[in-house]
Amino acid sequence: MRDYIYNFWQGLYTILVGMKVTLRHVFIPAVTIQYPSVKPQMPERERNRLYVNMDDCIGCDQCARACPVNCIEIETVKSIPGEDLGTTSNGKKKALWVTTFNIDFAKCCYCQLCVFPCPTECIYMTDVYEFSEFQRESLVYDFVTLLPEERIQKKKNYEELQIKKEAEKAAAAKKAAEEKAAALANKPEEPKQDNKEENK
Amino acid sequence: MSKDSILNTKYSRLKTEEMVLNMGPQHPSTHGVLRLELQLDGEIISDVIPHIGYLHRCFEKHCEAMTYPQVIPYTDRMDYLASMYNEFGYAVAMERLLKIEVPERVDYIRVKMGELQRIASHLVAIGTYGADIGAFTPFLFCFRDRERILHLFEITCGARLLYNYIWIGGLSHDIHPDFIRLTKEFIKDFRPNVIELNELLSYNRIFIERTANVGVLPLETAINYGVSGPNLRASGFKWDLRKDDPYSVYHKFDYEIPIGIGEKGKVGDCWDRYYVRVLEMEESLKIIEQALETLPEGDVSSAIPKRIKPPEGQIYARVENPRGELGYFIISDGSLNPARVKVRAPSFVTMQVFPELCKGFMVADVVAILGSVDIVLGEIDR
Amino acid sequence: MMYDWLYNLTGSELLAMFIVSLLPLFVFILPFALLAVLAERKVSAHMQDRLGPMRTGYHGILQTVADIIKLLQKEDLVPTATDKMLFNLAPLLTFIGSYAAFAVIPFSGFFIGTKIDLGIIFIVGITGLVVAGILMAGWASNNKYSLLGAMRSAAQIISYEIPTLLIILTIVMLTGTLSLYDLSEMQTAYFWNWLILGGPAVGIQKILLIPLMMMGCLIIYTSTLAEVNRTPFDIPEAESELVSGYHTEYSGMKFAMFFLAEYANMFAVSAIVAIMFFGGYQSPFGYLGNTLGWSWLVPIEQFSWFTSKGVFFVLVQMWLRWTLPRFRVDQLMAFCWKYLIPFSFVILLLVGLIALI
Repeated sequence: MRDYIYNFWQGLYTILVGMKVTLRHVFIPAVTIQYPSVKPQMPERERNRLYVNMDDCIGCDQCARACPVNCIEIETVKSIPGEDLGTTSNGKKKALWVTTFNIDFAKCCYCQLCVFPCPTECIYMTDVYEFSEFQRESLVYDFVTLLPEERIQKKKNYEELQIKKEAEKAAAAKKAAEEKAAALANKPEEPKQDNKEENK
Repeated sequence: MSKDSILNTKYSRLKTEEMVLNMGPQHPSTHGVLRLELQLDGEIISDVIPHIGYLHRCFEKHCEAMTYPQVIPYTDRMDYLASMYNEFGYAVAMERLLKIEVPERVDYIRVKMGELQRIASHLVAIGTYGADIGAFTPFLFCFRDRERILHLFEITCGARLLYNYIWIGGLSHDIHPDFIRLTKEFIKDFRPNVIELNELLSYNRIFIERTANVGVLPLETAINYGVSGPNLRASGFKWDLRKDDPYSVYHKFDYEIPIGIGEKGKVGDCWDRYYVRVLEMEESLKIIEQALETLPEGDVSSAIPKRIKPPEGQIYARVENPRGELGYFIISDGSLNPARVKVRAPSFVTMQVFPELCKGFMVADVVAILGSVDIVLGEIDR
Repeated sequence: MMYDWLYNLTGSELLAMFIVSLLPLFVFILPFALLAVLAERKVSAHMQDRLGPMRTGYHGILQTVADIIKLLQKEDLVPTATDKMLFNLAPLLTFIGSYAAFAVIPFSGFFIGTKIDLGIIFIVGITGLVVAGILMAGWASNNKYSLLGAMRSAAQIISYEIPTLLIILTIVMLTGTLSLYDLSEMQTAYFWNWLILGGPAVGIQKILLIPLMMMGCLIIYTSTLAEVNRTPFDIPEAESELVSGYHTEYSGMKFAMFFLAEYANMFAVSAIVAIMFFGGYQSPFGYLGNTLGWSWLVPIEQFSWFTSKGVFFVLVQMWLRWTLPRFRVDQLMAFCWKYLIPFSFVILLLVGLIALI
């Protein structure tokens, strides 16, 4: 019987205590902010959309290697001798043309692992977080500043250079082989003379 | 009248079939995508068969293709409500494998982050438990406090839920200059909020009626199944890896281990499991206060190795997740990628003991029991 | 009296009857339901440290209008394997049951739908239609969960009618009348004549009655809370257990009717508690119209007092909803049969004894 009355009294009392708490909260101002008319302040170390400053990028591929989900795609092309690509902001001379630098933001997990290895600090995270698109393909961002014709041009330049080099190498190899054959033929008579002829 | 005596009366010739009820993968109260097949005898449950695997993302297989530092964003996503602790466990395991000594400042900051994460995770557990039982208001109060903790994390490393902060050998950033001041303000505001939460939810008679004496986990069963964490402590056993198998600098702090004493019913019922979590939040506050006062100076990224290529070998390290014992078993074959990373998730073990807890109770109690054991499907399925 | 006044005004019986029966619906219940839905959302938001609807209209005033427009243009799904007639009839019955109770509630000294002698018993009888509506909804949905929800709801409502009736019997025994109009008239002239403070009795009777009346008010408030399926008794609508109970399969306007019926019912039971214990439409301090000599002001004042008392009790119902967790089904039944009914019997006995003094 005592338990019965105790249960009843406890029930009533704890309900009233709870109601007091809730009533007190009616008079406490709300903690919501009215987004999108009021936007919250982003802290300085925030991790939102990436940005690549292509003037500083040396095409070292460190960020693509550090990414855990392989969302960065980089293709570089060696420059032909005589071209000046400029220097990065901390004084390094660039030696590679970057023809493809795609970041797929649908895959990016915003983990910041690509920011740390960059030697020139050209890839960093901005505070842009409202970049939804209607199609998934529009989330692949292309950061390269060369025009498409220029990219094709650079690739072609490099290929031509390669072909030229190959041809030169083939010619040099052929010449070396001929000279070697000639040297072998002339070998027992005048070795010194042949050396001089090879060095030409 | 117990179930046995009903079956043994003269009506036992009547064949009563059991009804199968499906609490499907999409349900407001299962915490994640979990399918529970309930075999009911009228309103009483005779068996529960959980079906998991709806959130399987091949974490362990992915790790074999990543380098060691790249695994950390993946470990975040396992138990997404306590990400700092997943990273902490992985870092502890790798540092033991590589035999690196981290600076003391790193350890103190890791402990602080871990304990804040523990409070945040318990707030989610308590809030959603109240919402399952029907009290909608404590849910919002808990999340309001959790927002302040997430703001602390945001100013430190830039992310609110999945941090990539605790790296092998150190941390990614040092703490923000405002961190200590904001944390002290948070602690000052949080203690009265816990008292208010107790008044509103914990000691409420209706809540006690719903949760006391329901889903009792006897100590023997808990130890046999390998349950750990608050679920084991609520059954009366004082076992906490922070004191019994210390890692990092936990041995330098002074704090208690709350256990369940059967205050409102039997030892090990739902109310005990819930209340142990409330008490643990208070203990975490003590640890954070002590860590804030005695923070040594140092450089947090001095011990991070440039290339991580551990010697051949294997290691098992365990830390105290907010849900129990989280273990990492790493086998390395001397190359840049791990050969095998196996994770022992505490919620997986709890899921195994769950059918035992539910037998003999009613359908409405399944929701209460599921909320009190606090599982996260990301951890179970990985 | 409203009927006589309208009859004199228009000269036609039919027109007067028509207007009198439609008046509570359009002037009172529909605007009330609109505002109550909004008030629930705003009150719950402020209790939870947030803001509630803010974008529709100024601070969200037009939110319910937006909701009604949305529900009106939704597709009216009728699942194939249901009993079509019952399925379509159920929301109608529920709404009729809640609405018909307003016929005998005196909104002021001047306006009452119909002045029958059986006021309270009529209300208790006609709200039985709500149970029939719920059971039809559950059965006709052809859904395991809806059926479970509907049966639980029916069991709950039927059990909680018993303490309600016992307290009503107590009041009837004390005052000797069943009509709600006479009950309000009896509690006239200042608040110490209200039944919660003993009523128009005098002397030792009044002092002895006060604790019993307070207890009785608490019991009837709780049991009518259970009759309208509000937390902590909202098992039939428990989202986290059985999805949505008996109105899972309804969409569009039929769902809106269930909702409207629930809010109308909430006001009806608050009105009953206000009339029985708190003086109905009587003011606690006397009438401004009487002191100024303008007798046409008095019914308006009475109406405003009545509405404020009703709205106050509705707000307390909402306050309870956002504070308390939910009961389990067997605990709900245990609460009714083991706690409320014995207390009601004891009160009945004691008040009966006191009334003999």
